[in-house]
Amino acid sequence: MPLEFSAQSKQQVARLLSRYPTKQAALLPVLHLAQEEFGHLPDEAIELVSRTLDVSPAHIFGVITFYTMFHREKPGRNELMVCTNISCMLRGGYDILKHIENRLGIKAGQTTSDGAFSIVEEECLAACANAPMMICGEKYFLDLTPAKVDAALDDLRRRWKETQQGTAADARTLIGMGPGGKV
Amino acid sequence: MGTWQDAMGVKIVTKGFGVPGSHKLSVYKERGGFQAFPKALTWQPAALTDEVKKSNLRGRGGAGFPTGMKWSFIPKDAKLTYLVVNADESEPGTCKDRELLAYDPHLLIEGMLIASYALGCKHAYIYIRGEMMREARIVQEAIDEAYAAGWLGKAHPAAGGGGSFKLDVTLHRGAGAYICGEETGLLNSLEGKRGWPRLKPPFPAIKGLFGAPTVVNNVETIMNIPEIITRGGEWFAGLGMGKSGGTRIVCVSGHVAKPGVFELPMGIPFRDIIYDVCGGIPNGRVLKGVIPGGSSMPPLDASEIDVPCEFDALMNDPRIKDVEVKPGVPFDLGGGRRLKTMAGSGGIVVFDDQTDIVALCARIMAFYAHESCGQCTPCREGSGWLARLCTRLARGEGEAGDVELLANIANGIGGNTICALGDAAAWPMLGFLTKFRADFEARVKAAGATAAHKSLPKALEGAA
Ligand SMILES: Cc1cc2nc3c(=O)[nH]c(=O)nc-3n(C[C@H](O)[C@H](O)[C@H](O)COP(=O)(O)O)c2cc1C
Ligand code: SF4
Ligand code: FES
Repeated sequence: MPLEFSAQSKQQVARLLSRYPTKQAALLPVLHLAQEEFGHLPDEAIELVSRTLDVSPAHIFGVITFYTMFHREKPGRNELMVCTNISCMLRGGYDILKHIENRLGIKAGQTTSDGAFSIVEEECLAACANAPMMICGEKYFLDLTPAKVDAALDDLRRRWKETQQGTAADARTLIGMGPGGKV
Repeated sequence: MGTWQDAMGVKIVTKGFGVPGSHKLSVYKERGGFQAFPKALTWQPAALTDEVKKSNLRGRGGAGFPTGMKWSFIPKDAKLTYLVVNADESEPGTCKDRELLAYDPHLLIEGMLIASYALGCKHAYIYIRGEMMREARIVQEAIDEAYAAGWLGKAHPAAGGGGSFKLDVTLHRGAGAYICGEETGLLNSLEGKRGWPRLKPPFPAIKGLFGAPTVVNNVETIMNIPEIITRGGEWFAGLGMGKSGGTRIVCVSGHVAKPGVFELPMGIPFRDIIYDVCGGIPNGRVLKGVIPGGSSMPPLDASEIDVPCEFDALMNDPRIKDVEVKPGVPFDLGGGRRLKTMAGSGGIVVFDDQTDIVALCARIMAFYAHESCGQCTPCREGSGWLARLCTRLARGEGEAGDVELLANIANGIGGNTICALGDAAAWPMLGFLTKFRADFEARVKAAGATAAHKSLPKALEGAA
């Protein structure tokens, strides 16, 4: 079955299109939107975006593979983006990465079997003065130590369980929509 | 003109840091915000560009290009122009724009209003790095507030003399690609394409976003504009040093006691930044070297830190050694100009005497190899070779001739590519080889198991 955007996302698409002189320019924001809605970007999502923006699937495929944040496969619910670039490396960033890998029993680039976490070894995330560090969604974890990592993982897992049981709102938000575009 | 000490404590773009609710419009107005823009509207647009020229404001995104001059390249008769704010901050060691966006998004919006009026622009875009989700939310909320208050989307009543000028601002999120920080890669990305840099000319000022004349400016650059209009270009120029006006935001990371993001006088020496502002080198160690402006800039060694942190000084100060291709042969930037280093993005990375220099350099090369967009053979192949060879050396498995090979490869990239990412890999490679050659040569001789070999970051092993 071909995928469709939700009614709310359709409104967002319309709003997005009003912000650019060409339909194609809305491609990155619409891909973000599709990924928010479907969790990743399978072929059906590419076809949907192609229909929505009159851009060829081949072009969209080329764009998706160029950018690291678009996923063809479903990532873990909590994507831990762990920086190992120089400022973090100089202050133990690789030890932090190793600690996270050990705690979760997976390597960078992998997802835990319950789908709760994936680890991404990241390039500089623009918080070098608080190295070592990682991001998860909108949350920053700064000046990391192994103890801080443990606390962060426990907290993220607890929230993940709550969202799974439907007792907490999903913290994902849509941004970059122009005025009134917040959800 | 006084000395840099006179400007100690002057805050232009970090005034909001630490102020509760500083990102809110109400707090911004209490702090005196949205007064420069109405004032600017009483001027002719061309007079604003002249004032910015007078201020000696130079681009804070990396190249230090004079902002007023960049604005003046926009053709006078252009019907449609764009302003694009570069908020893609991803040069390793740089973390100022993210904090500026989080603390003071309305200062950016006010700067964009003034710049857009000066440039005849009706719709401006902020291209924000995709990973900065928190900052994107904060900036979007600020944009929404500015629309609701009538600063955006219509001619604001308080704007008085400006007549019909109105501006739309759209926040556009990237999706993870360092190369989209390069201004023409950014424009392609904004148009819904892969972020491949474009051949120049034509320059964006002639043919930029959607084919129209476009100015791309860094976040910090634009945030300086309101104060320049409020206090005058001359005041701003007087704060600075030589041809560089204003203050400078530096992001100090690595081996210092107190890392952080600081607004400091233009021209403050690196020694003062490291030892006074940041509390020196911790753990009883001593300084080995400093990357002065993001990982693409050649490092300074410990004997070179008395130079001022300022654009021209870092390019010309005789106390800084020339970057060499081989010992005694300086690297030629073209026309006989020699490379020392540059102020770059303001990302100052400090490293102590226990640092594994070769591993550090290998990590830098791995970054540029990963981020090369692949359009140009010298950059695509060369950056990969630098990363692999450097990693091999870092593991203590270097072969005779590796050090010369590294220098030759780097020399073959510089100046032979579409964009400056090729240089961004080649320059630090040659710089590290010039300043710390012995560290590299020791790895050749130490082929086999060494302590350094065992301490090498695991993730680098895949690069070789
Ligand atoms: C590979 C590469 C990456 C860059 N990344 C950034 C960046 O993240 N942010 C930025 O402001 N400028 C970056 N620049 C510089 C931009 O191309 C451009 O010169 C700058 O945004 C102009 O603004 P300014 O004149 O205000 O400095 C980069 C340049 C290159 C070659
Ligand atoms: S220099 Fe490198 S990053 Fe720049 S256009 Fe060429 S291949 Fe791409
Ligand atoms: S190097 Fe890790 S955040 Fe910049």
